[in-house]
Amino acid sequence: MSTTAAAASPVTYLNEKTTVASWLLTKDHKRIGLMYMLTVTLAFVVGAVFAGLIRLELATPAGDLLSSDTYNRVFTAHGVAMVFFVLIPVVPAVLGNFVLPLMLGAKDVAFPKLNLLSWYVFILGMTVTFSAIVMGGVDTGWTFYPPFSTEGSDSNVMLAGVGIFITGFSSILTGLNFMVTIHRMRAPGLTWFRLPLFVWALYATSLIQVLGTPVVAITVLMVALERFAHLGFFDPRLGGDPVLFQHLFWFYSHPAVYIMILPPMGAISEVIACFSRKNIFGYSFVAFSSMAIAVFGFLVWAHHIFVAGISPYSAMVFSFLTYAVAVPSAVKTFNWTATLYRGAIWMRAPMIWVFGFLGLFLVGGLTGLFTASLGIDIHIHDTYFVVAHFHYIMVGGAIMGYFAGLHFWWPKMTGRMYNDTAAKTSAVLVFVGFNLTFFPQFILGYLGMPRRYHMYPPEFQVLNVMSTGGAAILAVGYLLPMIYLTYSFFKGEQAGSNPWMATGLEWTTQSPPLPHNFADQPVVTEGAYEYSKREMKVA
Amino acid sequence: MAQQAEASTLGMWIFLVTEVMFFGGLFTAYLIYRIWYPEAWAEGSRELDIQLGAFNTAVLIGSSLTMALAVRAAQTNKQRATVGWLISTMVLGLVFLVVKFFEYKHKYDLGHIPGPNFHFEGVHASQVEIFLSLYFAMTGLHALHMLIGFGIMTAITIMAVRGRFSSEWSTPVELAGLYWHFVDIVWIFLFPLLYLVDRAGHFA
Ligand SMILES: [Cu+2]
Repeated sequence: MSTTAAAASPVTYLNEKTTVASWLLTKDHKRIGLMYMLTVTLAFVVGAVFAGLIRLELATPAGDLLSSDTYNRVFTAHGVAMVFFVLIPVVPAVLGNFVLPLMLGAKDVAFPKLNLLSWYVFILGMTVTFSAIVMGGVDTGWTFYPPFSTEGSDSNVMLAGVGIFITGFSSILTGLNFMVTIHRMRAPGLTWFRLPLFVWALYATSLIQVLGTPVVAITVLMVALERFAHLGFFDPRLGGDPVLFQHLFWFYSHPAVYIMILPPMGAISEVIACFSRKNIFGYSFVAFSSMAIAVFGFLVWAHHIFVAGISPYSAMVFSFLTYAVAVPSAVKTFNWTATLYRGAIWMRAPMIWVFGFLGLFLVGGLTGLFTASLGIDIHIHDTYFVVAHFHYIMVGGAIMGYFAGLHFWWPKMTGRMYNDTAAKTSAVLVFVGFNLTFFPQFILGYLGMPRRYHMYPPEFQVLNVMSTGGAAILAVGYLLPMIYLTYSFFKGEQAGSNPWMATGLEWTTQSPPLPHNFADQPVVTEGAYEYSKREMKVA
Repeated sequence: MAQQAEASTLGMWIFLVTEVMFFGGLFTAYLIYRIWYPEAWAEGSRELDIQLGAFNTAVLIGSSLTMALAVRAAQTNKQRATVGWLISTMVLGLVFLVVKFFEYKHKYDLGHIPGPNFHFEGVHASQVEIFLSLYFAMTGLHALHMLIGFGIMTAITIMAVRGRFSSEWSTPVELAGLYWHFVDIVWIFLFPLLYLVDRAGHFA
């Protein structure tokens, strides 16, 4: 903790043992977090390569680079890799694993062995799914709609389904572990309403993982049983209903969006409070909005099915509920803005990523209201408008939020600083590249360009070329952190235990932390964001 | 130790919630199709063997009793009784699975397995095929859970034989008990939903 200790290179979780086996058999949540980081980054690169192929194909109106069948497999691979192996695990499994026990003042998560198991399950699921992609791919889209997935498609649906089924268990185990950890492992004095908002976000996320993931697991299993054992669940020839699959699938996959976005929102709350040097505005509103999203997120799934055949009355109810679920997200956004207001804003790299998040999430959220509206949805359903909307949420929101959190906690994870200018440059490149890639897609969708086709009428080319050019900038923006963060890991200057002068227990231990986090059991006596008191102490 | 036991119990309950949601997907499908095709449901249900189903229900309820007694014995330091009750639980589980196997085999002989060779004499044959698809998926998944429970019981019994449990620490027995009761409860729902549709006046 002190400078003299740093000079004598103290024992940290990184240098305690350095053999490969000590990593592969570790039960340390911090090491598992880093292992997840490498795995998820690998999946991100795979998903990004497929995204690049999509954008290259769409640079010209003709379907010249990829055949229509290959194109189907490419966008499926992009969706599967990004949704199941990047967006869902990225913040809980990487940042959550690393900081949750530190934030609680605990030695580790409640079940360290289970935590390691969840990583192995993840690796297994990823290996199976990616082997399905390597061995010729899947052409159903990441949504696996029957009857195409049950009998139309001759691609590796079964293998990919099994891989996703396995991966689901990793998600469930992480959620279960985090819930018990938050209930049982809080430091003395750390009451629920002193918890950092990132912890509230992880709790709400875990709830969705525990309640939602098994439903998609059984749904995938039903498709598998129908495909290979000929059980008829969704077979229209028997009187079965393919739309029932869509209901079951979206019962998970809409809340899954909140698995992706809630944890980054939690990270955003931490960064905004720290870099505005203020208590978060309306703490309990932000905390409860996470829980509200987790609960109400389960009541809106049918907005994906407005044009697939549901009654007008249920469509009206689901449309209304979808508007309602936007309220807690808006509450968060207003509270963040109010926190910034009259804050002593400190423009370091994490904050630039936060501003990027706020702008992109705002656009993503507001266009979500367009798609929630029954009349407009008929016009934009299955067009690039929807593609643009969910990328604004999942990439503009979730991935920006991940990078905000990563840049915030990186000095704690590695004990080293990164180049602030490089990090800011990367944030700006991502913001510009992202908007250039996806904003034109709103217009394309509005004009009627459908998603999932490898060719399009020539009048759409200008906007598509803009989009492809933006994707190139975006790629540079994402490559930069890999370079300067890797450099920082080995050569960055020492960060000290609390470079941002942040509140929160994770900043009271050394960087990188001790193998068991804290030298003494921390005791909590105040709320999570007492920045006003802190300034006085520093001064 | 007590804190760890409490954490494990909470973890087990959360796991059981995920199990409820897991079976919930199938129950939802069952509910929808039962509302759509009540006649086919009645027709399909009458094909199931109500005596064997009732017998198996009794067997499973009995196994829940022996399981509860095993937990009690472990908590009160009665090692031999713990082992005895655990083994009885496993034997009852095995009886259930054997009966289930013969039920499946009978269905197979009649050609009541959904798929290209499905054969059913009746007015609503194709919807009965959906009913039987759900029957096989739900009871099959339940049987799979019993097999997993069987594996857990084996491990717990070995631990009990080695005298690992005491009134101080019997968490694994309690957790296995929670799991076993859950699997029983699933069957308590499956039996009436699958075997007892429109049975009034149709006892065969
Ligand atoms: Cu949705």
